[in-house]
Amino acid sequence: MSCRKLLSEISNYLDGEIDPAARRELEEHIAKCPNCWVVFDTTRRTIQIYQGCCEPYPVSEALQTRLRDALKKLCEKTQTEESQTKKS
Amino acid sequence: MATFDNPTQTQTVPRTSPPPPDEAQLVEQAKQGNLDAFTTLVNRYDRKILRLTQHITGNRADAEDALQETFLKAFSHLKQFQGDSRFYTWLVRIAVNESLMKLRKRKTANAVSLDEPVETEDDSLPREIAAWDPSPEERYAQQELREILDRAVQSLPPIFRTVFVLRDLDQLSTEETAEALNLSVSAVKSRLLRARLQLREKLSKYFKRGNHS
Repeated sequence: MSCRKLLSEISNYLDGEIDPAARRELEEHIAKCPNCWVVFDTTRRTIQIYQGCCEPYPVSEALQTRLRDALKKLCEKTQTEESQTKKS
Repeated sequence: MATFDNPTQTQTVPRTSPPPPDEAQLVEQAKQGNLDAFTTLVNRYDRKILRLTQHITGNRADAEDALQETFLKAFSHLKQFQGDSRFYTWLVRIAVNESLMKLRKRKTANAVSLDEPVETEDDSLPREIAAWDPSPEERYAQQELREILDRAVQSLPPIFRTVFVLRDLDQLSTEETAEALNLSVSAVKSRLLRARLQLREKLSKYFKRGNHS
């Protein structure tokens, strides 16, 4: 496996979406190519750091209230329109 | 002392709270105009949707507006949701469209559609090849680290960062991401690879061994 080919397979390897032969070739390559090992290792850790730090964002009470009010208004409007359609 | 094999005692154990209603049931009730059911769905997903809209728009006010538009649009178009996919995947599709519309309105340099042709693969070739310390993120205070990570994601083209957020932060499957973004599976894989490699490159400046700036 060439360095360029390895680069194109890193994601598939990390996601477990690689066939066994390519997996073996990739592992053999990074075991003897220090540069590819660094790229592989730091890519894996990039994902880990993001997953450890980027929890879903808290939604402020003000935004919750704004959304709730807008939904209520929309719901009332929809019901009024539906009842008018039924009458006519 | 209570034992677990005494049937009479088992009967007197107070019942735990009922399990939360399942999603299909909530969606069905919401389709009939039940706002409480829809609010339960909102509460289930609003934080994840906000993270997504924030990452795409890169602006808190736009992210909050996009979140509101997402749920309003979902509520008014709920009858179009046939249940072929997960409700959340359907919601993501709306949220991505709303966020991209906000981006286009601001006319930022990177405001593009998800179908924009991508550049050559050379943009992801590693230039920074330096090992990192075992826990380089510990060099930074939580807030500072968060800013470094956010800045790096924001510097990606929208087409890459959207795929990255859905796959690596939301942990949607490749297929679900493809469905939510109306992309092929191979396009998702290619964009995810390039997003990851570009982020790695950007973070190396902060995390490489011996860099204690």
